[in-house]
Amino acid sequence: MKTPVGEPKPNLYSESFHIEGGNFNSAGIVSTSIKSILKKLGIPGDIVRKAAIVSYEAEINVVSYAKKAVVNLTVGPGVVRIEVIDEGQGIPNIDLAMQEGYSTADQRIREMGFGAGMGLCNIKNYSDDFHIESEVGKGTHLKMTIQTP
Amino acid sequence: MNVEAIVAAVGLEVKCGRESLGREVTGGYTGDLLSDVMGHSKEGYLWITRQVHQNIVAVASLKEHAGIILINGCEPAAETLEKAEAEKIPVMVSVLPAFELSGRIYNLLTSPG
Repeated sequence: MKTPVGEPKPNLYSESFHIEGGNFNSAGIVSTSIKSILKKLGIPGDIVRKAAIVSYEAEINVVSYAKKAVVNLTVGPGVVRIEVIDEGQGIPNIDLAMQEGYSTADQRIREMGFGAGMGLCNIKNYSDDFHIESEVGKGTHLKMTIQTP
Repeated sequence: MNVEAIVAAVGLEVKCGRESLGREVTGGYTGDLLSDVMGHSKEGYLWITRQVHQNIVAVASLKEHAGIILINGCEPAAETLEKAEAEKIPVMVSVLPAFELSGRIYNLLTSPG
C-alpha cells in the first residue's frame, strides 16, 4: 500500500521515560536505556553514541536544575528524536546558557564534575537539529534530532 | 595493546571488571569534568580521573570506554564499584598523579612495536 502524499511516515519505535530531579544516584539510567534500545533497533554505533551523549547531558540538566521531566524517544525512518520536557526553574537567558563555560551550578554539583557549562554545547554539537525553549518558573523544553543513514 | 598490558606496565590496582581486561585500548582521555569527557573521549579509551563517585560509570558506559583509572591512589566509592562491576567496566587505581600517569600511558600507546 502506498503512503499518501503528505501523510507522516509511521514511527518505528517510540517510548517515554521519566526523570526525577535532584537524584544524582539514578542519573544516567534514562540515557543508558535509550542507548540500549537504539542498539537493539540496529541503529549504527556512531548514531547511538551521539544519542547517548545528547540524552545524558539533558538528563544531567534535569537532575541538576529541574523537579522532574518526561523524555520522549522517537525513532522514525532516517531519524532519532529525543525530546525532554521538564518542570523546573527554567532558563532566564538562553543565549547565555548556550555559551560554553557559562554555568549557574552550585558547589555540590561542580564537585562531582558537573556544571562546567558544557552540557548544552554538547547537546547542540552532537545533534543534527536542536531546539530549546524555556520559561522561567515553569521549565525547559529541548528537542534534539539525529539523522540516521 | 589491551587493558591488562597497561595494568602490568604502569602498575595499576584493578578494583573491578577483571573480565574486561582483554579489551583493546584505542586511546585515552584525562579529565574530571564529566561533560568534557562526554564530549571529547572516544570508544575504547582509558579515562583517567580523580572523580570517584558512581556517575563516572554512566559516562564510561555510555562512551564505551575500555576502563577508568583513578589517580593519586584515590579509592572508588562502593556504589561506583557495584555499578562498574554490573556494567563490566574495569576500575583501576594508580598511585601516580594524572600528568605522570597520562604521559606513561600515552608513551605505551604511541611507541612503535
